[in-house]
Amino acid sequence: MSDWKTIIGLEVHAEMLTETKMFSACPVVDSVTADPNSATDPLSLGMPGTLPVINRRAMEYGMMVGLALNCTIPPFNQFARKNYFYPDLPKGYQISQYDHPLAVDGYVDIELEDGTTKRIRVRRAHMEEDTGKLSHVGGGASLVDYNRSGVPLLEIVTEPDINSSAEAEAYARKLRAILQFLGVNHGDMSKGVLRFEANVSVMHKDDAQFRTRTEIKNLNSIRSMVRAIDAEVERQIALYKRGEMVKPATLGWDEDNGRIIIQRYKERPDEYRYFPEPDLPIVEVSRAWVERVRASLPELPDAKRARYVGLGLTPYDARILTMDRPVAEYYEAMLQTGLDAKTAANWVTGDLFRLMNEAKIDREAVNSLPLTAQAFAQLIQLVERGTINAATARKEVLPILWAEGGDPAQIVEARGLAQVSDPDLIGRVLDEVLAADDDAVRSYLSGKEQAANALFGQAMKQLKGKGDPAVVRQLLTEKLQAKRG
Amino acid sequence: MTDYKTIPTPRKEACMSALTDLSLTEALAKLESREVSSLELTQAHLQQIERYDPQVQAYLTVSADLALEQARAADAARARGESAPLLGAPLAIKDVLSTKGIETTCASKILKGYVPVFNATAVQRLLDAGMVMLGKLNMDEFAMGSSTENSGFFLTRNPWNLDYVPGGSSGGSGAAVAARMALGALGSDTGGSIRLPGSFCNLAALKPSYGRVSRYGLIAYGSSLDQTGPMTRTVEDCARILQVIAGHDPLDSTSSKAPVPNYLDAMRQGVQGLRVGLPKQYFGEGLQREVREAVMQAVEELEAMGASVQDVDLPYSDYALAVYYIIATSEASANLARYDGIRFGLRVEKGDMIATYKATRGAGFGDEVKRRIMLGTYALSAGYYDAWYGKAQAVRTLIKRDFERAFEQVDVLAAAVSPTTAFKFGENSADPLQMYLADILTVPANLAGVCGMSVPCGFDDAGLPIGLQLLAPPMREDTLLRAAYAYEQAHDWHARKPALVS
Repeated sequence: MSDWKTIIGLEVHAEMLTETKMFSACPVVDSVTADPNSATDPLSLGMPGTLPVINRRAMEYGMMVGLALNCTIPPFNQFARKNYFYPDLPKGYQISQYDHPLAVDGYVDIELEDGTTKRIRVRRAHMEEDTGKLSHVGGGASLVDYNRSGVPLLEIVTEPDINSSAEAEAYARKLRAILQFLGVNHGDMSKGVLRFEANVSVMHKDDAQFRTRTEIKNLNSIRSMVRAIDAEVERQIALYKRGEMVKPATLGWDEDNGRIIIQRYKERPDEYRYFPEPDLPIVEVSRAWVERVRASLPELPDAKRARYVGLGLTPYDARILTMDRPVAEYYEAMLQTGLDAKTAANWVTGDLFRLMNEAKIDREAVNSLPLTAQAFAQLIQLVERGTINAATARKEVLPILWAEGGDPAQIVEARGLAQVSDPDLIGRVLDEVLAADDDAVRSYLSGKEQAANALFGQAMKQLKGKGDPAVVRQLLTEKLQAKRG
Repeated sequence: MTDYKTIPTPRKEACMSALTDLSLTEALAKLESREVSSLELTQAHLQQIERYDPQVQAYLTVSADLALEQARAADAARARGESAPLLGAPLAIKDVLSTKGIETTCASKILKGYVPVFNATAVQRLLDAGMVMLGKLNMDEFAMGSSTENSGFFLTRNPWNLDYVPGGSSGGSGAAVAARMALGALGSDTGGSIRLPGSFCNLAALKPSYGRVSRYGLIAYGSSLDQTGPMTRTVEDCARILQVIAGHDPLDSTSSKAPVPNYLDAMRQGVQGLRVGLPKQYFGEGLQREVREAVMQAVEELEAMGASVQDVDLPYSDYALAVYYIIATSEASANLARYDGIRFGLRVEKGDMIATYKATRGAGFGDEVKRRIMLGTYALSAGYYDAWYGKAQAVRTLIKRDFERAFEQVDVLAAAVSPTTAFKFGENSADPLQMYLADILTVPANLAGVCGMSVPCGFDDAGLPIGLQLLAPPMREDTLLRAAYAYEQAHDWHARKPALVS
């Protein structure tokens, strides 16, 4: 494998979360939950005589993404018709951009596993309209749902700067986070609002340039993309090793069987007969407009991450807390209560993520858990103030909050979970424990100091786990020292 | 004006005939004075259609019930004291414009049975102004043609001589208005399709500047060229309809926000001091003798009325037809892609999806439409784009510049509409290139986006009408109307009536 280098370029289609479609006042709906064809209008259906009108909000969303990806916004952009026949494309052409895209020449810095950073260049980002959705229902029949037809779509194209599936994954995650933080796309790939296509080719160490590339389409999760790229790289190298050629092709990915499907070979380059869209004027973009949009940009993941590190978080924690906008929002809502940033981060990345992983809940869904950021923060504050100990919080209170939500202080109160710190009570319990376990005491006195741990455990058990660990530890040490004396 | 009480009651038929002979302007006055009701006027036109349309074949759809309903509503509104610019006036619409609830086919089999759910903006504005809609008019399929012989359903005859074409592509509009089967009609003009039938049928017919009238609901042929406009029997009628349909439409991003002048006021300002230009290139070889004489005569009369006349140069005119047939067909190749049998109109099921596409489009489109789709597809193809579409756009810019320079010197250009008067059926239809030449004097205006108009200026030896073409700068329809009205006032060409309906 080391003789071969992988070259990947990614094309990402991101729907822009506007209220109405790219070129008409037709509402945009959730394409998974809405009834088929319930959000259409004459334009989305390509009815004769309809004309497009540009959605200014969509253009601004696109511009926000362009700016967040460090792109140049040219002084004008222009729509063009991309011509091809398919039942999900009602006009027989897609209004897209060709010679004059909305944004050009940007970049995204990605963090690699080894902690280094790599810059992936973004060639262009252009606005277009989404197509409808075709479902094949068997018996040779297909149904078309035009709800998605005309939804604003931003296509973001990288240079072929990506050299592994891991880099592709890092880029995809970073890009998704940026889109989420901008509020222009919720990043839910299962709903098709964010779609990846990978152009893959390889080159041998003796090659002067990379070889024939293939295009993997319809990758509907980042995991699929990673697996598909790995499989395709392997397939291409295997072909070359057998002395065969890779033919230009459009590929699909069979997630269930983990294999590449060849959808069609491209005998010649695609012929879309692009020409400027005569129904729309050229979009002039004044510098003032760009600056207004730039000023409206929210804090982006890189800036947020740097700020978190400044608050005392490890670079690792800062990164995983800024990978999904909902997580960052949850975390920041916890900080709103005055909680220490580092402590909050530990609980989120430790306990919360563990519970979510076990329950197979996506991190993006963090804000719809019964356990709200406020309740979680209050729970941690109970620990910080010594009202309960960490173990009680983790084992007794957190499971209740996780399952049904509620007020941590009330749960502690109702269940009598408050920490026991009374030295007299703890002293009496310790006396009983020491009297009952002579062996352990002797062992300790003979120098085996870890025997104290067993005694501590027995005392905590007697205290039903509610003992203040610091007080218990301190009194135990004092009593044992007294015996030695 | 005569008090209606003093009008003797003539025999019914004569009365009806008198009603259809009224100009739109006259009819509106009689409606306003209650001398005639919209219902009477509408019934008269429906009877005229019943009587003459079997020969002329201008209408694809006669919406009689709707028209009568609208007429009664107009009369009721007027009785309540309401008024509107066209309240109760029976008009008809070229079938290229989308009409809600009424089949709209563009005279193509591929759209047979398609009933739109929305009105074109121009149609909606006419309805809002009180129009009574008589029906939908025949045309060359998808507005591609100069004779209406390319209709997917049947041809339309010229009321002036039933052996001759009415011109195209708005031939149904031209024939219907000439045969008094509507007080006026909307047509559309991509390369001359309003002016040519206007000229062949002896009408005042105006192609507005690109962007003056909304294209929303105008079924696209060449999107950067198409315009909707009025076809009527007098210049004033034309001005009245234009007044209603002109103006910005938020649904059409190419519609102009320029204010709409008062055309009726502007029209009456006379031609004293008006500078008229004669484009040298428009008076070359191939111009029929009578056409040349009639146009020159008209120009001399304008001069006699106080206009000044000079020659102007439009050096890139020779390329206009070639440029037009690249740009219009390129745009058409995309515009007509939506007729795929999936959502509306004709579907011919065949094997798989691709076979169904082919069968549907093969059966649904006529030869001329297929020819233009192929031309346009070719011109946009990889490797040919720069040499064809790209070059055509560059030359289009030069043609536009020709007009800009000419309009620095003159206010209005005068020429013939077409090198010849109406031709016989079949005379040009065997040779598409010969047919395309009918548009040689009209396409430059579409490429340049300027406004243009045809005004009756005489008849040839065979008794066929001749049109004077006037062209003015973008958004200067007021100038066009001013020149046309002044000329019309001095003549009765426009008042002549085809023998068929006399």
